[in-house]
Amino acid sequence: MSTRLAKGGRLIDRAAPQDFTFNGKRLRGFKGDTLAAALLANDQMLVGRSFKYHRPRGIVASGAEEPNALVNMGEGGRFEPNQRTTTTELFDGLTCTSQNHFPSLEFDIGVLNNYAARFLPAGFYYKTFIHPRAAWKHVFEPIIRQSAGLGKVPKDRDADRYEQAYAFCDLLITGGGIAGLQAALTAGKAGKRVWLMEQTAHWGGRAPVDGVEIDGTPAEAWVKNAVQALEAMENVTMRLRCMAAGSYDHGYVLADEKVADHTPGDGRPRHRLWRIRAGQIIAATGAIERPLSFAGNDIPGVMLAAAMRDYLVNWAVAPGDRTVVVTNNDDAYRTAIALKEAGLEVPVILDARATVTGDLPAKARALGIRVEAGKAIAKVKGGKRVTSVAICAQAGQGAVLEEIACDAVAMSGGWSPVVHLWSHCGGKLNWDAAQAHFAPDPARPPLNHDGSALVVTAGAASGVLLAGDVLANATAAAGGDVAPVASGPVEAAMEPVWVMPQGATIDLRMKMWLDYQNDVKVSDVQLAAREGYSSVEHTKRYTTLGMATDQGKLSNINGLAVLADSLSSPIPQVGTTTFRPPYTPVTFGALAGEARGDIFQPLRQTPIHAWHEAHNAYFEPVGLWRRPYCYPRPGETHEQAVHREVVNTRTNVGLLDASTLGKIIVKGPDAGKFLDMLYTNVMSNLGIGKCRYGLMCSEQGFLSDDGVVARIDEDTWLCHTTSGGADRIHAWMEDWLQCEWWDWQVYTANVTEQFAQIAVVGPNARKVLEKLGGMDVSKEALPFMQWADGEMGGFRVRAYRISFSGELSYEIAVPASEGRAFWDALVTAGAEFGMMPYGTEGLHVLRAEKGFIMIGDETDGTVIPQDLNLGWAISKKKADYLGKRGQERPFLASPDRWKLVGLETLDGSVIPDGSIAPAPGTNANGQRNTQGRVTSTYYSPTLKRGIAMGLVKGGLSRVGETIEMTRLDGSTLQVKIVDPVFYDKEGEKQNV
Amino acid sequence: MKRYSVFAIAREALRYHQGWEKAWASPAPKSSYDVVIVGAGGHGLATAYYLGKNFGITNVAIIEKGWLGGGNTGRNTTIIRSNYLQDPSAAIYEKARSLYEDLSQDLNYNVMFSPRGLLMLAQTHHEVRGYLRTVHANNLQGVTTEWIGPEKVKELVPIMNIDGPRYPVLGALYQARGGTARHDAVAWGYARACSAMGMDIIQQCEVTGVRSANGVVTGVDTTKGYIGTKKLGIVVAGHSGQVADMAGFRLPVESLALQALVSEPIKPCMDVVVMANTVHGYMSQSDKGEMVIGGGTDGFNNFTQRGSFQHIEETLRALIETFPMISRLKMLRQWGGIVDMTGDRSPIISKTPLGNCFINCGWGTGGFKAIPGSGWAMAELVAKGEPGPLAEEFNMYRFREGRFIDESVAAGVAH
Ligand SMILES: Cc1cc2nc3c(=O)[nH]c(=O)nc-3n(C[C@H](O)[C@H](O)[C@H](O)COP(=O)(O)OP(=O)(O)OC[C@H]3O[C@@H](n4cnc5c(N)ncnc54)[C@H](O)[C@@H]3O)c2cc1C
Repeated sequence: MSTRLAKGGRLIDRAAPQDFTFNGKRLRGFKGDTLAAALLANDQMLVGRSFKYHRPRGIVASGAEEPNALVNMGEGGRFEPNQRTTTTELFDGLTCTSQNHFPSLEFDIGVLNNYAARFLPAGFYYKTFIHPRAAWKHVFEPIIRQSAGLGKVPKDRDADRYEQAYAFCDLLITGGGIAGLQAALTAGKAGKRVWLMEQTAHWGGRAPVDGVEIDGTPAEAWVKNAVQALEAMENVTMRLRCMAAGSYDHGYVLADEKVADHTPGDGRPRHRLWRIRAGQIIAATGAIERPLSFAGNDIPGVMLAAAMRDYLVNWAVAPGDRTVVVTNNDDAYRTAIALKEAGLEVPVILDARATVTGDLPAKARALGIRVEAGKAIAKVKGGKRVTSVAICAQAGQGAVLEEIACDAVAMSGGWSPVVHLWSHCGGKLNWDAAQAHFAPDPARPPLNHDGSALVVTAGAASGVLLAGDVLANATAAAGGDVAPVASGPVEAAMEPVWVMPQGATIDLRMKMWLDYQNDVKVSDVQLAAREGYSSVEHTKRYTTLGMATDQGKLSNINGLAVLADSLSSPIPQVGTTTFRPPYTPVTFGALAGEARGDIFQPLRQTPIHAWHEAHNAYFEPVGLWRRPYCYPRPGETHEQAVHREVVNTRTNVGLLDASTLGKIIVKGPDAGKFLDMLYTNVMSNLGIGKCRYGLMCSEQGFLSDDGVVARIDEDTWLCHTTSGGADRIHAWMEDWLQCEWWDWQVYTANVTEQFAQIAVVGPNARKVLEKLGGMDVSKEALPFMQWADGEMGGFRVRAYRISFSGELSYEIAVPASEGRAFWDALVTAGAEFGMMPYGTEGLHVLRAEKGFIMIGDETDGTVIPQDLNLGWAISKKKADYLGKRGQERPFLASPDRWKLVGLETLDGSVIPDGSIAPAPGTNANGQRNTQGRVTSTYYSPTLKRGIAMGLVKGGLSRVGETIEMTRLDGSTLQVKIVDPVFYDKEGEKQNV
Repeated sequence: MKRYSVFAIAREALRYHQGWEKAWASPAPKSSYDVVIVGAGGHGLATAYYLGKNFGITNVAIIEKGWLGGGNTGRNTTIIRSNYLQDPSAAIYEKARSLYEDLSQDLNYNVMFSPRGLLMLAQTHHEVRGYLRTVHANNLQGVTTEWIGPEKVKELVPIMNIDGPRYPVLGALYQARGGTARHDAVAWGYARACSAMGMDIIQQCEVTGVRSANGVVTGVDTTKGYIGTKKLGIVVAGHSGQVADMAGFRLPVESLALQALVSEPIKPCMDVVVMANTVHGYMSQSDKGEMVIGGGTDGFNNFTQRGSFQHIEETLRALIETFPMISRLKMLRQWGGIVDMTGDRSPIISKTPLGNCFINCGWGTGGFKAIPGSGWAMAELVAKGEPGPLAEEFNMYRFREGRFIDESVAAGVAH
């Protein structure tokens, strides 16, 4: 029986009962309980099933190291699988269910795996399920997947929100035990900006449980005083429920603060993810007790000795009535003593050491507890709960000397420092043979940018376990020299025990669990070693040791020791596996933060966006923008809308929101020279007031962006880029200016969002502008490819005579703040002419009818301007421009390149998107040869048939030829190669 | 080599598994070999395997500075697909994929190739057109892929949110026989087969120098001494630049950190691989139940095997948008690997300025899927001294000629 004691419990408030359910059972705990403590208080030792063999699993630990006691928690939008009960604070109304069983926790069919365990050793799946071939995917894998997995699958969208925040400090201290508190006091008094965080809801760590005295007062009181003193320091920030997940280069630490896990739905963010940049980190993260490897050490009721003490002292919970204690060190005697003093039975303490000395054993004996030296557990008996232990000599093979009835076992195999934060960014470890653990090597710390130690450890994390040493070590870590004095009993040395009994036979070793959750046993590690998976990383991966959700906090060192023993090499030579962040698992939502839903990627909106929305625009994403694709009218399909918009623009007048077009100001005495390098043609000689179309290439020579450049004044140019390319091109400019031509006097500014730009396009465009009134927009005053500043309908405007449609076209820029008003004015002025807005798809069709290329359609990073018959835009005079050298390489200069042509089906249908022109024969790899592909393909409402552009080997020299092109169904269609300008070949319409 | 089978397991079970032999031997290096392969990652081991299997060359050493399979082969997210756009890529990745189909039987080691299907989501019209182009290309290349609409996507991946709010799913490029395999098993299976052919896999042995005379390699210096060789194959992924430097030539390769992570395991909820390039993230579910997740590379060169954390955050944002139900799952482990990136994001399988020295690298963020095909092609190159058709286009001199095999055209996320 595990039960709540009538008295005691330093963390619980008996006046505040909390109701919760487990597998539908209504249970009651107290405020201050962890879920694990509350379950134990209700005699719920069995809490889940293991991963592979579906063995019954009970609670073994009391903190983040717990491998077994994971539950499905909450419901609906607050459902969460794999919640660790030992770190979950109880709250009223909590609901949870146990995991990984069918049909129920008590009767689980999956336990068949347990009976077949002998046939399912480590790595068995690599050796079987090989034949027949299809069986893996269709038969075996589905079965394995179904029985693996742990928690249930969440169904709903997360009901909570998460927050992210930054912090900076001189010193970040992780761990709020006496080491962390002492380090914080030391550094705080020295005036450093200190951050102190503790993953649980309480300060003080182990010391108050272990009955330590500091400076003559009980640890409990010392902790209280320390916390008060720290709270009074303005330079110290303290956070409870805040877990340092990982340390990264240059003092970057990620910490997860569980703000409202214990108060769900109270409106606060559930977690807060801190990104902290620290000058130095002190890891005061304590140590974790190791289990002992004896047969049946996974049966519910077997628990870590210190955890049992925690349940007793913190929550007044007795995990058992009769507890056998088994140990290789003195610390576990504290548990025996605490149990006895609480009035519980301790039939025997089995101490694997041949001789037992020290104050604590003496006290245990004095309390009348039987202490057996040199003894071990041969086997724990029981199924869903311990019923007895069989005792043997540690030195032997496991011959049973005696059987003792009990319902719990408290085990202690020694302690391992928590070195994760030390190791994440490269701190090295030493093997401490006396304490049988890996501890940080102060001589080989992770380094800061200046070569100093980025992380130091304090207290048990350094490998010192006695309170007095812990405080001295922590004081020194924080740069102080006067440490408080702690007193406690004198403890005798521990003795490493990796297998119990020492000579255990194979049938016993097959029942000794190393990794409880993943079901890895001593025999599995030995098998891995036997089969040559002898590197510790191979062993880990072959057996899955340490890969469960506890990341091997209990199992790694024990597994390593067994491996070393199997290989007959010393433990330090075998080494550890890599410690990877996070220390304990972090919720995805916290890592994603606020950036969800509508603000996942902030939507960029033009000043006219609301109008588009109000006029039923169908939007498409273009970079971070969303642009109207078309404006369907009631009853119209998107296609019909596009056709209407195109026809109206061609024959009448259309209106386009072109504000997303990139606009970059390039200014300075060397701006012309700079642009001549950036563009393939010459920009320095562009006259003020004139516009010129230009191309930009990557260093490799491939076309990367295009647009119209306007000369504003003597040393200022305005470069238009594609909508999607603005940020990239601006960065590209800065890259060259900052890294290569840093001595050129050029300044750039991306003013894309400073202007709204509206295209008025079509034969009646001028009439609309004249109706609006203001500046002279006649052919004479504002000829094609020029711009002018002026006033229109009362707005300050800059009007460009440029055209991407082949029509008479004005692009008019106004300050962004006036964009919507100007648009509205245009709409009003255009009403009598039947002006309609058109979207991006209309824009595409209009430009394709004219054979204008589109970056991203005709180009894909492999196309050079010459391929697109744009040789005219490449200066022959310039000594250099970006991409020139690239374009001179043999393959790019080859006459065999695919070049731009127009394409038309014989029957007028539209060529499918992505279609490719096969050529006769196959290549050396048996693939069909090809000779071209379509790049843009549309139905032209103007010409009433399909039109397309494409790249074809031989290019325009093949005009008139008919080739085949693919359809998705595998058939082909006949396509004629034509000139790519389908409409108004002479360009008369745009120049009126 | 004793064969693995369910009967072997049963037999061994009766004697408590005491009779299993070593999967591979750990010999001391001999003084010289016909071929030395540097790097016991998947590509190095597969090269050795096909040298033996296809060309009967077995006097081979595979030299590994750490533990075999411990480089990117043991760190990747195991996506296997061959829906590449460019002909040379489609050829070698499809060769690899088809070899994966039978690899477990061929190696007598279950590499758990799971052709569960792979989706590349299209979330912009531009992406739709790009993937349609890929399907047309794949049809002509003999790679089976198809374009599917949003309803089919939802049917294949019920946990996906296909309508927005930011980037609604417009369809997907679907390769029904793409999928995953167990990365360690691929390395181990090849290693076991190489060892069984009498090849020496020498772990914990770093190549520190390459000796050559008259334009040919004579041997390598290692932390276990000098080893002579008639031919040298360099297959060291992220460390290619360094080893090439030892051999005295330069490579057009940069080394960048790429990261991945897994969630805690949950019951099966997704049995295809989903890649979302617009938002930049991809996810599959391992047989253990973990959601396996990857994202983008760092923007700067380094060798630390750690990456910048903001990539993890960005990837998770993208995936929570795509799969809202994962928000309350927890990140269990996170790691990085150093990937070797070329200028066109395609690999190098090439002769070098040294007559008997060959290099295989540049697989970057996506070479796990290529392991069998790459080993096959590299073995041919090493054995014959000249590339076969699979390797030919991947020679490193293509950069000088401008003959790129640019795959970034087709995919933003290249895994
Ligand atoms: C996070 C991540 C996710 C990925 N996801 C995918 C994916 O989903 N799908 C996919 O197809 N690909 C993926 N990849 C890419 C894939 O992992 C690699 O392309 C592939 O594994 C490379 O294999 P390799 O054998 O060339 O390299 P590696 O496995 O890295 O092997 C190279 C070996 O060379 C050794 N070596 C180096 N220098 C020396 C020396 N001097 N002497 C001796 N030995 C040396 C190294 O120790 C190493 O073992 C991913 C990569 C990463 C990092």
